[in-house]
Amino acid sequence: MTAIAQTPRRAVARPSRDGRPGSRRINWVATIILLFGAVYCLVPVLWILIASTKSNGELFSTPPLVPSFDGSFFSNISGILSYDHGIWLRWAGNTVIYAVGGGVLSTFIAAAAGYALGKYRFRGSAFVFRTIVAAVLLPSVLLAVPQYLLLAPVGLTNTYWSVLLPQLVNPFAIYLCKIYAEASVADEIMEAARLDGASEWKIFHSIGLRLMAPALITVFLIQFIGVWNNFLLPFVMLSDNELYPLTLGMYGMIMPTGGQPNQFSLVIGGVFLSIVPLAAIFLSLQRFWKVDLLSGGVKL
Amino acid sequence: MAIATSAPRRRRRGPILPVLLVAPAVILLLLFTFAPAVYAFVLSLLRVHVSGGLLGSSTETVFAGVANYVSTLTDSEFWASLGRMLLVAAVGVPSVLVFATLFALCLDANRARLTGFSRLAIFLPYAVPGVIASLLWGFLYLPATSPIGGQFIDYFGSTAIFFAVANVAVWGVLGFNMVVLYTALQSVPRELFDAAQIDGASELQIALRIKLPMIAPAMTLVALFSVIGALQLFNEPTTLKPLTNAISSTWVPLMRVYSDAFVNNDIYGGAASAFTLLVMTVGATVLVNVIGNRLSRRSAR
Repeated sequence: MTAIAQTPRRAVARPSRDGRPGSRRINWVATIILLFGAVYCLVPVLWILIASTKSNGELFSTPPLVPSFDGSFFSNISGILSYDHGIWLRWAGNTVIYAVGGGVLSTFIAAAAGYALGKYRFRGSAFVFRTIVAAVLLPSVLLAVPQYLLLAPVGLTNTYWSVLLPQLVNPFAIYLCKIYAEASVADEIMEAARLDGASEWKIFHSIGLRLMAPALITVFLIQFIGVWNNFLLPFVMLSDNELYPLTLGMYGMIMPTGGQPNQFSLVIGGVFLSIVPLAAIFLSLQRFWKVDLLSGGVKL
Repeated sequence: MAIATSAPRRRRRGPILPVLLVAPAVILLLLFTFAPAVYAFVLSLLRVHVSGGLLGSSTETVFAGVANYVSTLTDSEFWASLGRMLLVAAVGVPSVLVFATLFALCLDANRARLTGFSRLAIFLPYAVPGVIASLLWGFLYLPATSPIGGQFIDYFGSTAIFFAVANVAVWGVLGFNMVVLYTALQSVPRELFDAAQIDGASELQIALRIKLPMIAPAMTLVALFSVIGALQLFNEPTTLKPLTNAISSTWVPLMRVYSDAFVNNDIYGGAASAFTLLVMTVGATVLVNVIGNRLSRRSAR
């Protein structure tokens, strides 16, 4: 997309300068600034890659940016995978349930609500929409403790539901879906489908959802990142470490060390394992991001 | 005639589907967003009253009025935690805004190279959750394992700690905000730049005089995201806490809400702190929005 957007500009800009074809010099200032940014963002990841090849002793005795090749990498990885009877894999599985399961569910909830608010007028629809816009102002993280206080009397705390349910609805996601539904699902198509005898439900799931798909991928990614990033909610809700997501589990591993280095190589192995698959998935999904949706959403 | 009028009326009353579609969201929103906020407010008005009786003391919950708010607002530690949060925000928010804008302008600049690689590299930390990022940077800060001079610089020093915490947060969100701004730049009509270039404007002048004002609304959005993020600061200091004594258990307001409610078992005081914070966040959000809109309107003129 970048390449497509920039090519015509370069083609116009070059002759307009002085008509000289040799002005394709590299913009060193911009290139170097960007490389600085890239190094800043990559160095910690690179360090964890190197540190994961070291045993606990080597971590403190060898230069920080020189990897070790004595096979500690595999013992670190198998160490974290077998830690406490393989609890790390359980945490990874829980993370999938919370972030992917919760992400998919909440995307559908937001899509349904956004479609209904964007394409229909019904009694109270304006009021519902105004309420949702107001709810955008209430940050969910600040509500984690009150949510615990509310769920504790009904015995829902320390369950999968206690982490899933509060994150199923995201007012901002509904807002984005409403705007996208208004812009992308044409009234004419819906009317044509009605004349052909399609039910409202069929119009929603076979036309509405399909036309909203690009926005839904972005909404899913926003939700996924939000859940994966939300530490306070599981921290407050869960006491059974079998239910922990990865973030809470890893925090629990560093916690008892109190800065003491005996478990460091294990934690480093765990951090490495949490980052790599996620980064791979994320970068491969990168081109589906529609960030213009976010900036466009606020202009309206 | 009767048929003709009844058909449109049925259409106007509308099918039942939209109500069904919007229902799950509304119900969940009521249960998990509005109810907790209201419940927190109700709890914040209560307190435990211990009364001594013949059969030993008994506790009951009584109406406390604004007593919990008074004790929160007169507690110097509450203001200190708010102050620490604002210091981190004072370092972090401008950094995000300046560097995200700088990188977006560089990505958009003519003849810049390796842009695909840099964009991906800067975006990558967004996939790393705050807790993992804090562990990662924690190791980089710790003197024993630091590859960035932790042996000589005390990253957990009394001043450095604010930069250390802000740095973890900035590292995580820089790429996302850069992409937001870059996308805004891409939607600016290209003819504007070409016209300026023909008039002899340099790349730098185009960036400062044309591109910056054009993306002012998106910059407001970035500032808003960053301020809201700063007010919810919790993950980074909590995760860095086991590594250093420089971070107390009430270092930022949200940590205080947690320790009030769960460590000190004072859910009423915790609810009052939580609700105070909620009101402050809503206020700050509205304020940033108003300022941003006013600024971008002025620059559009």
